[in-house]
Amino acid sequence: MTFEYSSAPESKAIVKLEPLYKLYIGGKFVAPKSGKSFASINPATEEVLAKVGYAEKSDVDKAVVAAQAGLKIWSKMAPSERSKYLYRIARIMQERSREFAVLESMDNGKPIRETRDVDVPLAAAHFFYHAGWADKLDHAGVGVNPKPYGVVGQIIPWNFPLLMLAWKVAPALATGNTVVLKPAETTPLSAMLFAQACEQAELPAGVVNIVTGDGATGAAIVNHPDISKIAFTGSTEVGKLIARSVAGTGKGLTLELGGKGANIVFEDAPLDETVEGIVNGIFFNQGHVCCAGSRLLVQENIQEELLEKLKRRMALIRLGDPLDKNTDIGAINSKEQLNKITELANSGDEEGALRFSTDCAIPSKGFWFPPTIFTGVTQAHRIASEEIFGPVLSVISFRTPQEAIEKANNTPYGLSAGIWTDKGSRILWTAKHLRAGVIWANTFNKFDPASPFGGYKESGWGREGGRHGLSAYLKGAK
Amino acid sequence: MANSSPRIDVKKTYKLFIGGAFPRSESGRTYEVKSAKGAFIANPSLASRKDLRDAVVAARAAHAGWSSATAFNRGQILYRIAEMMEGRSSQFIDEIVALEGLTPAAAKKQVEEAIDLWVWYSGWCDKIGAIYGSTNAVSGSFYNFTTPESLGVVTTFAPSKPSLLGLVQAIAPALAGGNTVIAIASEKFPLPAITLSEVIGTSDVPGGVVNILTGSSAELAPWVGSHMDIDGVDASGLTAAQEKDLRVAGADNLKRIFRFKESQSPQRVLSFMENKTVWHPIGV
Repeated sequence: MTFEYSSAPESKAIVKLEPLYKLYIGGKFVAPKSGKSFASINPATEEVLAKVGYAEKSDVDKAVVAAQAGLKIWSKMAPSERSKYLYRIARIMQERSREFAVLESMDNGKPIRETRDVDVPLAAAHFFYHAGWADKLDHAGVGVNPKPYGVVGQIIPWNFPLLMLAWKVAPALATGNTVVLKPAETTPLSAMLFAQACEQAELPAGVVNIVTGDGATGAAIVNHPDISKIAFTGSTEVGKLIARSVAGTGKGLTLELGGKGANIVFEDAPLDETVEGIVNGIFFNQGHVCCAGSRLLVQENIQEELLEKLKRRMALIRLGDPLDKNTDIGAINSKEQLNKITELANSGDEEGALRFSTDCAIPSKGFWFPPTIFTGVTQAHRIASEEIFGPVLSVISFRTPQEAIEKANNTPYGLSAGIWTDKGSRILWTAKHLRAGVIWANTFNKFDPASPFGGYKESGWGREGGRHGLSAYLKGAK
Repeated sequence: MANSSPRIDVKKTYKLFIGGAFPRSESGRTYEVKSAKGAFIANPSLASRKDLRDAVVAARAAHAGWSSATAFNRGQILYRIAEMMEGRSSQFIDEIVALEGLTPAAAKKQVEEAIDLWVWYSGWCDKIGAIYGSTNAVSGSFYNFTTPESLGVVTTFAPSKPSLLGLVQAIAPALAGGNTVIAIASEKFPLPAITLSEVIGTSDVPGGVVNILTGSSAELAPWVGSHMDIDGVDASGLTAAQEKDLRVAGADNLKRIFRFKESQSPQRVLSFMENKTVWHPIGV
């Protein structure tokens, strides 16, 4: 007997799209100097949602000047008053949460269930959490009377557009910095809605400036001499380019980069819960997650049973309309990303791994990739070492805990890992030996503003969230 | 039977310190070190790229043991270094007087500060996690905690003077954080560093945990920058131009590179530590 789900679409009526979103500079929406714009599309339908201003170097310069002016007010304001602006923003995001959620699903392609239950509430929570820090900075762990950097340049990715904005903007503002933020080229719309929220919060002009554009816009931010710190989330490749660009300039830099997370399943793991964790680890957000559990390391003697359960569970994953409240997997964010996933998955076939994809209906328009696992993967395969950033899981077996650690750590990345076992001492032993910044034991892909997030090795510099993340926006004696 | 000739003193051959042993440079190179007054003092080794790579291998091999030693144990070993230095104070003072040209009183002060700094950082080993780790109040039924742990292999370029104190400022905090270290000695005033390596060699510090190379910072810095198995660099003693080049090369494996001003600061320890956050559900 099979259960059929009727569609349960969330209404788009709450979102009032504007034909053209201008840049948000100095508290005003201003057209880019060149008058250029680009389209942001819905990846589930390939329809153009809106045009967005294209910021060039001169626009970035203007935004930096505005941020410097904003800094004069913001850094001198009583911290307790600064705090209240952040609380206001948090509240407005909560009040307009449905609007944010629907817009984010449309622009990004991720399911409404996720934007509604994860992205938007967490983004609001980030502002609420950091609001409370603004007047307690002496306790941030970098010594008393720490200073802000000044104008901070922030560049964020397309996988969690609003949440990444919150991760960046909230701690920067709480610590008395002002920001010039560039959202990702394919997902700028929720940032523009955030700009409207800043207006409603009556945030002083120039404290938050948002410039939409592409890599050239980002480079203008990175190389701007009056920006004192860069915070970047994105690929390790671009992170290294930025690190080279700022070398010798004295700019602060935090990087939150790629990953190839190992999700380790020991023989005594509770298998049904583990299967849910594996699914959440790799198929959450279409696998567009830097900390995804994209390598499943399973103890050899339970591999067969686990994979059978996993395949049965995967068959129940519903792929389709992101605005349908039943949808588990939405659209791949862009054609370019779909091509990258396809190319890497094909390399898995070519190198001898065995592909299993669920037999789900793929919509005729838009960008889609079915939930996929590869078995028979060796450490040498590209799909075992390269970040796919899609719903593709590589399964690798191990015999002993030591072997699991060796395989898990055998990567230049070090962002996340998962551990599934019933034995407490084994969890702590494994967690201790994993070279990764975030470790989920008997759970996966959990996030919280109070919990520091960030990677070891080539997964980045510094943390975001918690006291540790906050301190990255403060200068203390060293 | 009495010998009427004056006694000829036995001079020391100054060597590198790698993996707990005292080898010469594989390159066979040395350079001349002179006193502040211009007299010949010694021909220490001029370390090569290969010596650096050997030191990295030794430091990497020693990291698992050192980083998993109990913090109490690490603290005792750092304190032991202070004890051993105290007994050899006069040798350090003589070397500093000869090389840096300081008065004996000023040299004595430097040595005492260096010894006391070991004691200070020794005490951090088992406290850094308590002060800078956290349990995080996440919204959900999870236990969530963050602990600082060692970064890995750290290379230090200390300022050329104060030769001994500068070196201890660089090495001690990196060791307190559980890292293994390759220290590039003061190029002009290397003897206290070599003597320190002899102290460390007899202070229960496992071989490879501290490695000390004498030679040219300018020559070694690019190789440090591009070495893919070095995780962090204390660039305090490099010029701005050298530091920039090091940062460009170091981006290949995203080395953590810092320049410090403070002598006593937990930030020096924390800079070479990574924060690990662990989540676990709470339930029955």
